[in-house]
Amino acid sequence: MSMTTESTQQNASFGNIQARATSTMNPAKIAIRNLDFFYGDHRALKAIALDLPERQVTGMIGPSGCGKSTLLRVLNRMYDLYPGQRATGEAMMDDMNIIDPKIDLNALRARVGMVFQKPTPFPMTIFENIAFGVKLHEKLSKSAMDERVEWSLTRTALWGEVKDRLHSSAMGLSGGQQQRLCIARTIAVRPDVILLDEPTSALDPISTLKIEELIDELKHDFTIAIVTHNMQQAARCADQVAFFYLGEMVECAPAAQIFTSPKQKRTQEYVTGRFG
Amino acid sequence: MSATTSTARGIPGARKDLTVARALGRRRHLTNTIVKVACVAATVLGMVLLASILLSLIWRGAAGISLTVFTHTTKPPGSGGGLLNAIVGTLIQTVIGTAVGTPIGLMVGTYLAEYGRSSPLANTVRFVSDILLSAPSILIGLFVYEIAVEPFGGFSGIAGCIALAIIVIPIVVRTTEDMLSLITPALREAAIGLGAPKYKVIVQICYRSAMDGIVTGVLLAVARIAGETAPLLFTSLGNLNWSISLGQPMASLPVTIYQYAGSAFEDWVQLAWVGALLITFGVLAINIAARLLLRRGK
Repeated sequence: MSMTTESTQQNASFGNIQARATSTMNPAKIAIRNLDFFYGDHRALKAIALDLPERQVTGMIGPSGCGKSTLLRVLNRMYDLYPGQRATGEAMMDDMNIIDPKIDLNALRARVGMVFQKPTPFPMTIFENIAFGVKLHEKLSKSAMDERVEWSLTRTALWGEVKDRLHSSAMGLSGGQQQRLCIARTIAVRPDVILLDEPTSALDPISTLKIEELIDELKHDFTIAIVTHNMQQAARCADQVAFFYLGEMVECAPAAQIFTSPKQKRTQEYVTGRFG
Repeated sequence: MSATTSTARGIPGARKDLTVARALGRRRHLTNTIVKVACVAATVLGMVLLASILLSLIWRGAAGISLTVFTHTTKPPGSGGGLLNAIVGTLIQTVIGTAVGTPIGLMVGTYLAEYGRSSPLANTVRFVSDILLSAPSILIGLFVYEIAVEPFGGFSGIAGCIALAIIVIPIVVRTTEDMLSLITPALREAAIGLGAPKYKVIVQICYRSAMDGIVTGVLLAVARIAGETAPLLFTSLGNLNWSISLGQPMASLPVTIYQYAGSAFEDWVQLAWVGALLITFGVLAINIAARLLLRRGK
C-alpha cells in the first residue's frame, strides 16, 4: 500500500521503527500511570497502568462496565463535557499529561481522534464531513483539501465507492460506509492516536471485516486503541491486549499470549468464556 | 437425568390451558376493536370539523375574490373597496415580527439547550418563556401599548411588529430547545472529538441536524402571528387608508376581518370572508413551500 508524502514524513519524524515481530512492543506513544477516574463519587478506574505502543494496536477487552470505554474517553478528554466526571493520575503522550486541566483540548483532540460505536455522520455532504475536521486545524487550498479528502477516503477503502457522490449527503451511505467515513474523517485530521470504541458492534460481518482490515492497514501510521466485546476481533486486530475487570486493568500482554497462556486466573476465565 | 428434562419439569404453575389462552385472546381482540373504532371516530370528527371550516371558507370566500381585492384599499361600504392595505400591512408586520423574534428565540433556545441546561438562570428563563407561550395575546397587546404606543403618542405599525415579535419568541425558544435536545450526544461528541470548539459544533452540526424542527417552529410562529388580532388592536390599530409607514397606524387582515365581519354591510362581510380565505391559504402555502424546500435540501 502506497503512502502519501504526509504520512511518510510523519513516520520519519517518529524514528525508524519498521521491523516488528508480533510479540515485541514499540516504545509507548501514551504511557498511563496510576490513573483513577470518577463518575461523581464512583471510582470507575482504579490505578490503571498501561502503555499504548506506538503504531501498534492495543485491544481492550472485558465485561460491560469494566471501564474500558471510560479509559478511551479519558484519553481524548471526552469526559470534560460532563460535569462531575474527573480523572487523576498520569497519561503521558510525549511530554504532555493528557489529563492536565490546563492543556488545550482542541489541540489534544486533533492528536487523539475517536470513532464511536454507532456511525455518526454529520448532516452534510461526504466531502464536507471530512473537510469539517481538517478546516478546524489547517488552512488548506482547495486542491490541497481535495487531495486530503481523496487520501483519507482511499486509506479507508471508501474512495471507489463514493468518488462519484462526494457532494451528496453522507446520511445516504450504508452503516458500514458511514463508519468508514467516520474513520476517514478522523484520520484526515492526521492524529497520532486513534481511539475506536466498539467500532463494529453496530455493523454486519462484511462491514466488520472491512473495518478490521482497515485497522491492520492504519497501524502503519497511527497508534490505535480499540475497545471490543468480540474476542476474536481482539485476537485478529491487536498486537497487545489489555483485560479490564471492575475498573482494574488485570493483565496486559501480547495478543497471542493473552489468549493462549494468560497469567491471571480472571483473564483465563474471561477469555475462555467462563464469565463476562 | 439430563439438564433439559429437569428444566421442563421445573416450570411452575398449573398445566397450560389453551381455552384460557383463547379467552384472553378474544378479550384482547375485542379491546383492540373498541379502541380502533374510537380512534377512527375521533379522527373522522376532527377531519369533518376541519373540512367544514375549509369548505365554508372556500364557499363564502371564493365568491368575493376578484382583482379589486388585491388592487384597491378598504373603502366605505357600498363603494367597492378591496383589501390591499390590509394584505400589505399583514405582510409587513408578519415579516418584521418574525425577523425580529426568530433570532432572539433561536439564541435563547440555544442557550437553554446548549449552555444553561438546568442551571437556575436557565430554569427561570424556561419558566418565563413557557408562561409567555401561553399568555393571552391581548395581554401582550396591552403590554406593548404601555411601552410603545402611549409613550410615543399614538398607534403605529412598529408597535404591531413588536407585539408580534413577542409572540414569536417563546414559540421559537421552545422548538429550538426541544429540537437541539433531541440530537444524540454521540453526534456532538463526534464533532468535539475532532477538536471542534463548542460554537462550531452548535452552528455547523447541531443547527443542521435540527434544521427541520426549527424551521417548523418558525412556520408555526408565522402561522400564529399572521392570524393574531388581539395584540394588533392595541398597537397598530388598523387603518382604512393606504399606509406603509411604520410610524402610522397600519391595517392588517385579522383586524379588518374583525371590523368587517361584525358590520351590517353585506360587501364588508363578504370582504371579511375573502380575508379569512387569504390568511388561511397564505399560511398553508408557506407550510407546503417550506416542506418542499426542506425535502429538496436532503
